[in-house]
Order: sequence, then structure tokens, then C-alpha cells
Amino acid sequence: MNYRWDWSVLIREPYIDWLWSGLLLTLAISILSWAVALTIGIVVGVARSAPSRVARLLAGIYIDVFRSVPPLVQLFLWYFVLPEIVPDGVGLWLKRDLPYPEIVTAVVAIGLFAGARVAEQVRAGIEAVGAPLLPAALATGLRPLQAFRLIALPLGLRAIVGPLTSEFLITIKLSSLSLTIGVLELTAQSRHVENYTFQGFEAFTFATVGYLVIGLCATGLMRLIDGRIGGASLRKATT
Amino acid sequence: MIVLDDVHKSYGPQHILRGCSAEIRLGEVVVVCGPSGSGKSTLIKCINGLVPFERGTITVDGVSVSSPKTDLPALRSRIGMVFQSFELYPHMTALQNVSLAQIHVLRRSQKEADERSAKILTRVGLGDKLGQRPSQLSGGQQQRVSIARALAMNPQAMLFDEPTSALDPEMINEVLEVMQELALEGMTMIVVTHEMGFAQRVADRVLFMDRGEIVEDTPKEQFFTAPASERARQFLKQVLTH
Amino acid sequence: MSDFDWGVIARSYGFLAEGMALSALLVLVATLGGLVVGFGLALMRLSTHRLISVPAAAYVTVMRSLPLVLVLFWFYFLMPLAIGRPVGSLTSALIAFVLFEAAFYCEIIRAGIGSVRSGQSDAGLATGLRRWQVLRLIVMPQAMRAMGPLILNQIVIVFQDTSLVYVVSLHDFLTAASVVAARDGRSTEMYTLVAVVYLVICLSVTKLAEFYRKGRPS
Repeated sequence: MNYRWDWSVLIREPYIDWLWSGLLLTLAISILSWAVALTIGIVVGVARSAPSRVARLLAGIYIDVFRSVPPLVQLFLWYFVLPEIVPDGVGLWLKRDLPYPEIVTAVVAIGLFAGARVAEQVRAGIEAVGAPLLPAALATGLRPLQAFRLIALPLGLRAIVGPLTSEFLITIKLSSLSLTIGVLELTAQSRHVENYTFQGFEAFTFATVGYLVIGLCATGLMRLIDGRIGGASLRKATT
Repeated sequence: MIVLDDVHKSYGPQHILRGCSAEIRLGEVVVVCGPSGSGKSTLIKCINGLVPFERGTITVDGVSVSSPKTDLPALRSRIGMVFQSFELYPHMTALQNVSLAQIHVLRRSQKEADERSAKILTRVGLGDKLGQRPSQLSGGQQQRVSIARALAMNPQAMLFDEPTSALDPEMINEVLEVMQELALEGMTMIVVTHEMGFAQRVADRVLFMDRGEIVEDTPKEQFFTAPASERARQFLKQVLTH
Repeated sequence: MSDFDWGVIARSYGFLAEGMALSALLVLVATLGGLVVGFGLALMRLSTHRLISVPAAAYVTVMRSLPLVLVLFWFYFLMPLAIGRPVGSLTSALIAFVLFEAAFYCEIIRAGIGSVRSGQSDAGLATGLRRWQVLRLIVMPQAMRAMGPLILNQIVIVFQDTSLVYVVSLHDFLTAASVVAARDGRSTEMYTLVAVVYLVICLSVTKLAEFYRKGRPS
């Protein structure tokens, strides 16, 4: 194997700027998608455990569909297909006037996919931790909706912070899909540097370490939150 | 035949066994008792090497359990063990449970092993349960299968780790009866148990353990009438008044 | 709104079927290879020697933190260097898939083995069985029950993952469809088709796994 090592590409202009901007973009897409995923996940997850059959059915369909279609295909649907099937005015706006169309599309697509996975966790959390306490809450005179809102939901959400860590990590990894529609995030930029300099080792190592560090930070953050709200003891109490 | 000499065992900062020494002779029945957490289970699991220990020696028929040169599986095949929670293999029938090690350790043929298994299961009163899975058997029946599983290997000694603690009260006797029969036939047995009635009827000797130490090692009559230590007196008072 | 032309699907049927065949090949190789390598990794992780368990744990952690796209790029770049001559993107993708999915199968197998009570091993060892016999005769048959649904779910994820070979220009089902979409200007029809096909296949297997898990309480 003959390979000329040259780690200096990582600190040389313009490559350092490329890689750095890629890292920041990956972070930004990950965090924004995660925000979308949490919002969707909580709404759909609550609907999935709601007393209304219609709500449960619709939430179930959402979860099934969005988990079963590969995220890359979903991204293409939002990016290539959506502007074609909406009324012409909206389609034009999507194509012409939407700011940062690729990034916004990626955030929405990844967020909606991850949201379906988060919803499953939310449902499982409410079912395992929150729901068993409902009879006790009702016995104290709370109305069903109050019991759900004050007892089952908050406890269910607290219990799943630990399990949500892996969903967060999956979301971070999913951000790399955005390169297929032209977003120059971390993976894309490392490939870019490889194409220009042929120093693939160095460029991909940078990206690898980047993902590891982001992942470690995300895990640490979630663990901190989990520790603060006592999620682990809640999970233990039910098993 | 089994000699323990100054055995020490720690789990992290917890000192579970603090220098246990004892000798069990051929044909003896020794009951090990003591408050929970005193190290009884750990001690008998050290004897067949299921629990490794840091200091001291245990020899079975002159073979050291902790020596790296010892063929531990061969040694274990000569010592039967019965567990508190039965540990029957749930994916096999009673017959298969008893035959498994005969086939894979003793290299008996399937037919030979099954014949012997059927014979032993009949002996413990389960001749009509050969094809049943553990989940279809009562706790007492499961524990008897587990005794049969150990006996099928023609062991030179048997270790019992609280064999009746997980059983409903009405099933305890059927298991104790099988054990008593074994003792009468001259099997060397070490039994960790809280069943003091069994100890009084069957044991030759009682080892009383507390906080990782063997506090008393006395013939049964003396243990129940005149225990030497205050701790044993306290223990007996508690278990016998219930 | 443009008019739809669903006939494009019928006209490109053969090309799409070839794409699906490649996707299936990737799933098959990634699953079988991933299970074999993953089993080895799981055994390493369960070892009491830290020199064996720590590298395996590190491998699994790293692989699980990386996007598959990056891993595909890594192997696309590394394979020619390691072998000393150009290799096709299919070979490098297959190897990348096996080594990537192995990390996930490792965790499934480890969870399966971990779901079997340690008393079961003790009981086997106490009768004189050797460690590998205990694993083969007592632990694995029980672990399989816990692992079955998880493995089915992972196969669904692998199938979804295969769509990512798009980035190394391999003609899997999605890429084949995207080629037709670009050539005939029929992205709506083609991507809708891809979504529906994936949906039907993945949802069926997911429901099968759920049925399997609920139908066999243990």
C-alpha cells in the first residue's frame, strides 16, 4: 500500500474552511431535525395513546408509513416530487423563493422520519410508565384529561429521555443524507476534499472524528438531562 | 474428599468469604446454614469452580479447583449441583434436560442416555413426565428433574444451593424426600438450606456461616442442643420459633 | 400540475427489476455476512479478556456512530489502496455493508445472549459441559427467541439502508428509478412507485416481526 500521508491538508486553506463549514452544517441540520422530530414525535405519540380511536388510527398510520419508507426516498419525495404535485403557485414558491431550499427540505424530511421513531418511544413511555398510574390519578378525583396531562404524559416523557439518546444519534447520522440533494455537510465536504487532494485518509478521518465527537456530546447531554429528571429510576420502577 | 482451605472471595469492595476452611468426607451429609448474605451460596459455588476465588485452595479428590491445569469441566461432571431456581433448560423436555450432559460430556449414545434418564426420572417419581417441558411442571417437579439431571452423571458428590427456597410450601417435602433417600444411599452431600428439620433428620454435620466466616463446624446433635457461639444461638432462636 | 404518465413504470420494468435484484443481493450479503461477523464480535465483547473485549466494543461503538454514507465512502476509497488495484464499487459496497451492519447485529446477538439468565450457563457448566457447548446447546437456542423479531427489524433497516448505494453510483432499486426519473422527466411517478414498493415490503416484514413477538410469549 503506497500512500503519501499529508495531514496538513486538514489545516490548509481552503480545505480547513470546507471541513469546518461542513461540521457546522451537520450540527445545524442535526439540531433542527431533532427539534422537528421531537415536536412531531410528542404530538403523534400522544395521539397514539389517546382515547380517541380516530386519533390512534391516524397516528398509527403516520408511524407505519414514515418508518417504512427509507429516509432517502422520503427526502427525494419532498425535494423532487412535492413541488410538482402542489398547486402551481406553491410549487413555484418552493422552487424559487424558499430560502435555503435544500437545507430546509433536508431538515423537514429527516425530522418527519425521525419523528415517527420518536413517536413510538413516546407511546411506549406513556404505556409503560404513565398509564399504570392513571387509575390512582383518577381515584384522587382528577378528570381523565387532567390525569393524562398532569400525570401520565410528563412521567412517560421523563422515562424515555434515556432511550431517546439513540434516536438523537440516528438523527445526527441521517443528516448526511442531505448531501444527495446538494447540501455540503460534513460527509460531503470530506469527500470534496478527497476529490481535490486525494488525501482520503485524512479527510475521512476528520469526518469520522467529527461524528464521534458530536455523538459523544449528544450522549453526554442526554445523560445529563436523564440524570436531572431521574428518568432511570422511573424506568426501573416499572420493570 | 472435599477440602477447603482458607478460601477468600471478594466482589469489588465486598468481602464475601473471609477465610473459610472445612473438610467433607466421603458419604457425609453436611448442611450449611446461616443468615442471608453470609456467603453460603458463594461458598458452594466455589467448590465446583462456578465462582472463582482469590485466595486459598479447594481440592476435590486431591484435584485443585483453582489450578489452571485442572480440567474444570471434567471435575464438574463428577459433582452434581442443584440450584435454587431449578435452572432447567426451558427449550427441552424433562428427558432431554437429563440426557443432555450425558450425551455431550460422558459421550453416551442418545439411546443409552435416554434410557438412563428415564430410569432416574422414574426413581424421583416423574416417570410419567418424560416428554413435558419445564413450564408444564410444578416447582417441586421441576426441582426433582433438576436433581435427576445431576444424578444422571453418576456424581461422587452433590451440591444443593437452597433447593427448596423457591418452592411453594406444599412442594417442599417431595423434594426433601428425594434428598433424604439420596443421603440414606450414602451420597456425599453439601446442602445449603434453611430447612432445619431436614438438617436434624439427615445431616451428619452443620456448618454455620455468618458474614463470610464459618463460625461453627459441629456434629448436628451438638449444633442443635448446644451451639458454641452466640451468633448461632441467635440464628437458631429465630429460625426455630417460626 | 403536470399530467402523470404511469406507463413509464411498465416501460422501464426490466431496468427497475434489475435494480431490485441488486438491492436484494445487498440485503442478503449484508445480513448473512453481518450476522457471521456480528456473532464473532459479540463473542469477543463477552470475553473476560479486556484485550479481546475492548477492541470489539470500540469497533462497534465507532461503526454505530458513523453515517453509512461515510462508511461507504471510506471503503470506496480504501479498498483499491488495500488491494493495490481498482475494485468495483459493488465489491467495496458489499464489504462496507457487511462490516457496518455487523456492528448492529453484534448488539442484537449480545442482547439475545444477555436475555438468557446466567443461571442457565451455570447449570450447564455444573454438569461438565464446556463453554462453547453451553453457548451452542443451552444459551443460543433460548437467545434466538429474543433475537428473532429484532433480526427481522434489522433486515428492514438493512433493506432501507441499501438505498444509500445511490452515493457510489450503484444501480439499486432507488437509483434505477432515479435514472428513469431523470431521463424521462417523470420523477413524480418514479419516486412514488419507489416509496410504495418500499412501504409495502418494509411494513409487511415489520408487522410479521410484531406478530412473531406477540404470538410467542415467553
